[in-house]
Amino acid sequence: MKTGFYPGCSMKGSAREYSESLLAVARELGRELPEVPDWNCCGATAAHNIDTDLALALPARILAAAEKDGMNEVLVPCAACYSRLSVTRHELLDDEALRNKISGLVEADYQGTAKVVNIIEWLASIPDLEAWVKKPFAHRVACYYGCLLVRPPGVVKFDRPEEPQSMDLLLKKMGAEPIDWAFKTECCGAGFSVSRTDLVAKLSGLILEDAVSRGAEAVIVACPMCHLNLDMRRPQIEKQVGKKINIPVIYITQALGLAMGIPARKLGLQRHKVAVKLSPRTAES
Amino acid sequence: MARIGVFVCHCGENISATVDVKKVAEAASRIPGVAHSVEYKYMCSDPGQQMIRNAIREKNLTGVVVAACSPRMHEPTFRRACAEAGLNPFLCEMANIREHCSWVHEKSEATTHKAFDIVRTLVAKVKRNKALLPIKVPVTKTALVLGGGIAGIQASLDIANSGHKVILVEKEPSIGGHMSQLSETFPTLDCSQCILTPRMVEVAQHPNITLHSYSELESMDGFIGNFKVRIRKKARSLDEKLCTGCGLCVQKCPSKKISSEFDAGLGLRPAIYVPFPQAVPNKPVIDREHCTYYRTGKCRLCEKICPTQAIRFDQEDEIIEADIGAVVVATGFDIKHGDFFPEYGYGKYKDVIDGLQFERLASASGPTLGEIRRPSDGQVPQTVVFVACAGSRDPAKGIEYCSKICCMYTAKHAMLYKHKVHHGKPFVFYMDIRAGGKMYEEFVRRAMEEDGVQYIRSRVSRIYERGGKLVVKGADTLLGSRPLEIEADLVVLATAGVAQAGAEQLAQRLHVSFDAHKFYAEAHPKLRPVETNTAGIFLAGACQAPKDIPESVAQASGAAAKVAILFSQSELVREPLIAVVDRQAPPLYSSCVGCFLCQPSCPYQAIEKEEIRDRDGQLIKTIAKVNPGLCQGCGTCVALCRTKSIDIQGFSHEQVYAEVLALLNRGEDNV
Repeated sequence: MKTGFYPGCSMKGSAREYSESLLAVARELGRELPEVPDWNCCGATAAHNIDTDLALALPARILAAAEKDGMNEVLVPCAACYSRLSVTRHELLDDEALRNKISGLVEADYQGTAKVVNIIEWLASIPDLEAWVKKPFAHRVACYYGCLLVRPPGVVKFDRPEEPQSMDLLLKKMGAEPIDWAFKTECCGAGFSVSRTDLVAKLSGLILEDAVSRGAEAVIVACPMCHLNLDMRRPQIEKQVGKKINIPVIYITQALGLAMGIPARKLGLQRHKVAVKLSPRTAES
Repeated sequence: MARIGVFVCHCGENISATVDVKKVAEAASRIPGVAHSVEYKYMCSDPGQQMIRNAIREKNLTGVVVAACSPRMHEPTFRRACAEAGLNPFLCEMANIREHCSWVHEKSEATTHKAFDIVRTLVAKVKRNKALLPIKVPVTKTALVLGGGIAGIQASLDIANSGHKVILVEKEPSIGGHMSQLSETFPTLDCSQCILTPRMVEVAQHPNITLHSYSELESMDGFIGNFKVRIRKKARSLDEKLCTGCGLCVQKCPSKKISSEFDAGLGLRPAIYVPFPQAVPNKPVIDREHCTYYRTGKCRLCEKICPTQAIRFDQEDEIIEADIGAVVVATGFDIKHGDFFPEYGYGKYKDVIDGLQFERLASASGPTLGEIRRPSDGQVPQTVVFVACAGSRDPAKGIEYCSKICCMYTAKHAMLYKHKVHHGKPFVFYMDIRAGGKMYEEFVRRAMEEDGVQYIRSRVSRIYERGGKLVVKGADTLLGSRPLEIEADLVVLATAGVAQAGAEQLAQRLHVSFDAHKFYAEAHPKLRPVETNTAGIFLAGACQAPKDIPESVAQASGAAAKVAILFSQSELVREPLIAVVDRQAPPLYSSCVGCFLCQPSCPYQAIEKEEIRDRDGQLIKTIAKVNPGLCQGCGTCVALCRTKSIDIQGFSHEQVYAEVLALLNRGEDNV
């Protein structure tokens, strides 16, 4: 089984700490994560708004490159990239004519042999993850799935779309106590971060307020976009709700890294806008 | 020499649109042994049948092949036409070139060729058909009705009133079904119990009805008119003959905190209990799982105080055997429970309840004596949200169908709430309102206009608790999909109506088919809605699909009429397509060697032993014999017989081989 890694643009830029923590955890677990050779942009929100063929061709080129390199699966930690790659694989496997057309466009014979996996699927596939936990991440956490990890259900076929549990289960394995809350899959505002920051502040504010009101000490995310909105847009959110919100937003790989005893700096925790200050339970345990 | 007639049907355009019927008829005329071959637009029409009758007489035909639709459709029609012209009906075969060919292929030469191939195989077969005579079997004029809800009750009463015996089997301690749990009924708001209990009493008192409550069907064998059933009468742990139903034991039972099934989990009952005051029979039953005596070996309080010494702790299940002529399946439905709607907090929040629970809250006999009080703290809810289509019409939840009853009972619930809590605010979230039925639309309009129920066309995305309230999120799609939140005190989900747990197992016991949702399948969705594909087994009520009370009652009466028709005959005629064991002249008598491998293989226990004796009564050999009344012609014994001594009449080895060879172009009919 060869697992490839598709970072996409976020992991190389605004979400560097996601990539750093993932690779640090993978190293510790003894898992190799070679990047998909010569990867390109997944098309993100732009391509599928403009050109259907382009929106399929960009991910198809990535997946074809992974296949050619003998990868059986491609780990896509960014939820938006995961969505684009999953949709492409789904549509092209479903329609031979379309597959041939797109293969022609990207000058590769795309077969669909490489599976697209998200970060939760990948972590859940590691046997005895509990055994790697040295310092249980003993905090009340709000697991935030966002919109794209579990949707559309017919395409991703992953977890329950309305009340997912897979991230909660992983966090339990790390020693955390996931809270029962109502905003797991609500929208954070996503790509409107730049053009309609006011909307993002409002939507993200609702998410953070609910998490805080139910006693969460941290919000756990698995998407660079969600992180950006909940963390980097905090000043705008605070202005919107009219009060200070201190809850840190942590990538699932960072939480796992901490539980595995990897130093915080190696996990990029210092890069967050909202300081990651957790109660001393981490230090004790 | 065979003289076969081939009649190719166009079926309007159903066949002729993709198959060149002229060509098929022409090619068929060249098959050796075919004396007559024609095509016609509607073979099943009267002129079409006349063509067949005329040809039989004029051309002196010895066999007929009608190339048309499925034999399930019109085989009886054409066989009757042949019989009218003096040809034994079993010398007529159907070549299915519609379902098996024209409907499933594009128009092409290959399609025409396939149609011809099908005709060719049937010509090869029919040449080897033998004239057969129908089998006559007696009818046991007793009906078995499974399920004592309103459908089962109605069917039982109708059959009993037509003068036939009925055995009614109900798995719960009392008959009454879901209808007995309801508070009021739409569209008249009359009390459910008030209209149901007289029927229940009638069942109990009817001389033609034997009621087995707290019983289930264990097994069933046989066939139409001649079923044999075994009914398991579960141990009530008391002697029903001695028990007077005084209720002392129920009052004194010390373990009283058991969740009541009748109150849909909202009320409590003791370990020895009668499900509800009007129960029929009004005799208690001991719930052995919760009874202190069965758990710890101590207590026996009920036994001590029973004035008639009716308690029987050592009672065992009893098996009752009966001969039955027909079965009405009226096992009803259930509503979806459990972890089905995590986003609505169903099963998580005490104040998110289902429709049946609301019925109990609104019912005078319910846990709140008819006052609408929410389960969590007993407060009267000021705002109640009713969610229609909770799971129904939702492919993401695996239930594509409409549960049909929810629009109406949700309107009724909102109305009842408003009638009881005048200042309360009822909201209904709906997709569409399906109020097709006499006085139904008027009823819903009444809820909206007279009782001020606010209808919001929106699906609910999520329900969660915030500050002691249930936040219901949606978007009003009639107001530009504006996001909307309502803070409710109580939420009632109209969860989807589903098949009973165990519906599949019962179907297997009865040999009836069911759909993807485990609802029992009718023989034809339009024209045979109360019959199953198994002769002598009929359907009534919501075991077939979600239905309201008037529909269930109508179907139950329909099923009862079908049973009465069946029982109006003293004997039934069955097709003789059954297995027969070879018999021949001495010295062999039969090629059967008496290994009896066929015996355990027969699902219908139709294989018997026959002793062949000489004139002096000396036993020559013991061979297998098929009971023609029991054999269903399944052919399992034929496949297993080592000496090929068993054959199916009408589907003999010779006939089937001839068909295969014709298809392989190796037979004598090669063209």
